[in-house]
Amino acid sequence: MNLTLDRLLPEHSAAITSVTATGMASERMAALGLIPGRQVTLLRRAPFGGPLHLRIGPTELMIRRTDARAILLDHVHRWKPRHKP
Amino acid sequence: METAAQALSERSRTGGLRTRVVAVVGPPNTGKSTFFNRITGASARVANWPGMTVDITTARVLLGDAMVKLADLPGIYTLDGHSDDEALVRRFLDAVALDAIVAIVNATRIELQLPLVLALRATGVPLVVVVNMSDEARKLGVGIDTAKLSDAIGAPVVAVSAKYGEGIEPAQRALRTTLEANAAPARADMAAVPSRALREAESARICAHAVHMPVVLPVGTSAALDRVLLSPWVGLPLFFLAMFGVFEAVYGIAVPLQDAMKWLLDAFKNDVVAPLVAPAPAIVRSFVQDGLVDGVGTVATFVPLMAVFFGAMAVIEDSGYLSRAAWLMDAAMARLGLDGRAFVMQLMGFGCNVPALLGTRVMRNRAARLLSMLVIPFSLCSARLQVFLFMTSAVLSPRAAPVALFALYLMSFAAAFLTAFVWKRRFASHEPLMMELPPYRLPTLAMVASEAWRATSHFLHRATAFIIVGVLLIWVLTHFPASAAPAGPDTIAGHLAAWLAPVFAPIGIDPVMSITLLFGFVAKEIVLGGMAVVVGAGPNELAGAVAARLDWVAAMSFMIFTLIYTPCLSAIATIRNESKSLRFTVLATAWPLALAWLASFAFYQGARAFGL
Repeated sequence: MNLTLDRLLPEHSAAITSVTATGMASERMAALGLIPGRQVTLLRRAPFGGPLHLRIGPTELMIRRTDARAILLDHVHRWKPRHKP
Repeated sequence: METAAQALSERSRTGGLRTRVVAVVGPPNTGKSTFFNRITGASARVANWPGMTVDITTARVLLGDAMVKLADLPGIYTLDGHSDDEALVRRFLDAVALDAIVAIVNATRIELQLPLVLALRATGVPLVVVVNMSDEARKLGVGIDTAKLSDAIGAPVVAVSAKYGEGIEPAQRALRTTLEANAAPARADMAAVPSRALREAESARICAHAVHMPVVLPVGTSAALDRVLLSPWVGLPLFFLAMFGVFEAVYGIAVPLQDAMKWLLDAFKNDVVAPLVAPAPAIVRSFVQDGLVDGVGTVATFVPLMAVFFGAMAVIEDSGYLSRAAWLMDAAMARLGLDGRAFVMQLMGFGCNVPALLGTRVMRNRAARLLSMLVIPFSLCSARLQVFLFMTSAVLSPRAAPVALFALYLMSFAAAFLTAFVWKRRFASHEPLMMELPPYRLPTLAMVASEAWRATSHFLHRATAFIIVGVLLIWVLTHFPASAAPAGPDTIAGHLAAWLAPVFAPIGIDPVMSITLLFGFVAKEIVLGGMAVVVGAGPNELAGAVAARLDWVAAMSFMIFTLIYTPCLSAIATIRNESKSLRFTVLATAWPLALAWLASFAFYQGARAFGL
């Protein structure tokens, strides 16, 4: 199953299988933790086709949907937030 | 005796009084600038680095017996990256021999940021590693063994919380020891930096035994706040409310301070300067009072505005809200070739364009930044509002005045969007908008105050001379030849206006009113005063005199021109300083002028064609 990150539903997690971006986009993705093998969670999407709000490990970041298209995912599942006691 | 000799040999060994040069390097969102301010005190200043046409924050501190010049380089993700900032850091490391590099990382992101540290180590420049935000790491359960990390990297590692001032002294000690152990500066050897894959592999190996990351992170306050602040229905209205709040703060706090400053300057002018120059000839008196003192006054009245604005900006930025505002607004701005941060700055511009122009520093891509500097001057600032409030009430009926004002606000947005649309290809940013949304943090008063101080002093440092020279130039134009009445038709300005009459006639502005546009070029605050001088009316008769001179179509045309043609001399000075390009400054002055004329022409001739 190959889903791109821009198609992931909010409050779902998935594993990154590959990143097809090049140049500056790929450098930035690596630096922010969008690396194959990592778990990514889509927290929400901005209205009117705006950017995505993601969480990777402890980092939360924003990425435009056009850039998110270059990230391929697998093992999609619902994300259950764990609240602080 | 022995200690003196030791000190002497120490001194000769470290090259006597040679200033040691240290660069602070790290990714964005690591609290790099906060750390920089901590170790350097309040001595930091933004200045052009010799040989590089770019502003770098630097500070001099005494560490032990060595004078150290520290440079706060812009945040970078990798050493071999393609962004503007990454190219700048590379250029700096190529050009400047360094005594040490302080590499700073965010403790909670250490797994991702260690590869940069390893790249810096490979350059061969002595390294000190600062692991910042250790307070947040503790809360999240991130454990970092600094001793193991230090062994693995082969450089001292210090855990720091710059925000709370923890670990600053050990960091200074580590830097001092490193400087003492390495007498001569070194050039960074970029060829020695290993490939990304190798760096990442080594980083993963080191983190595996020196860093403990919790498996699942608890969802904290930030997530709860985001659920409200970033929700589609509440987030956007709240954003506009927050902007309105900042706006109100600038008006509520800065404007009274500005008035107080004006009052003080007037008192100084009338009670101190006037008696001093009383014996001098009239032209000298006028030069000192209306040229020099007013020039200084123009600069001084900006100070409260800048301080309050940058205090508010620091709160928005340090709290983590700025990047979230960018997230909320990005959808609309992306279509105009801008990003969400540009919109925040454009809104800020409705208070005052000058700090908004300086605020574009948060945008790290040059093209994107230039485009937003081209757009911001169309924001209808408080000084222009003052002119419009006066003119609409003088010329229009009480029913029509608010409609005209609203139309001017709409035109302000239209001019900005049109400009972005026309120029977005010329200033296209190729940098992807991907950035961290840091957790919400409570800004400290010290951080807010230091940011306000830094931005204000930077503005004064850079723009003062330009503005005073501009004011003096306008003074010469409106006061020479000395035999003519000030700003009258026989002065240089009057001749200029007569000569330009064919340009202004089609938009309904007569030569007398076009002289006031010359005043408006300096600052919109002096337009009304200038108008009073030109039409020869006291402050109380001015409204009547203007109404007698202009019908509503001509007045509206005058206001449209005033809205669009240029914000003020200070804004142009800021654009020049920030862009460091004369060509761009000329464009940023000429484009609005042309747009202003076209808009006024379309309105004036259109209205006249309809028989109005």
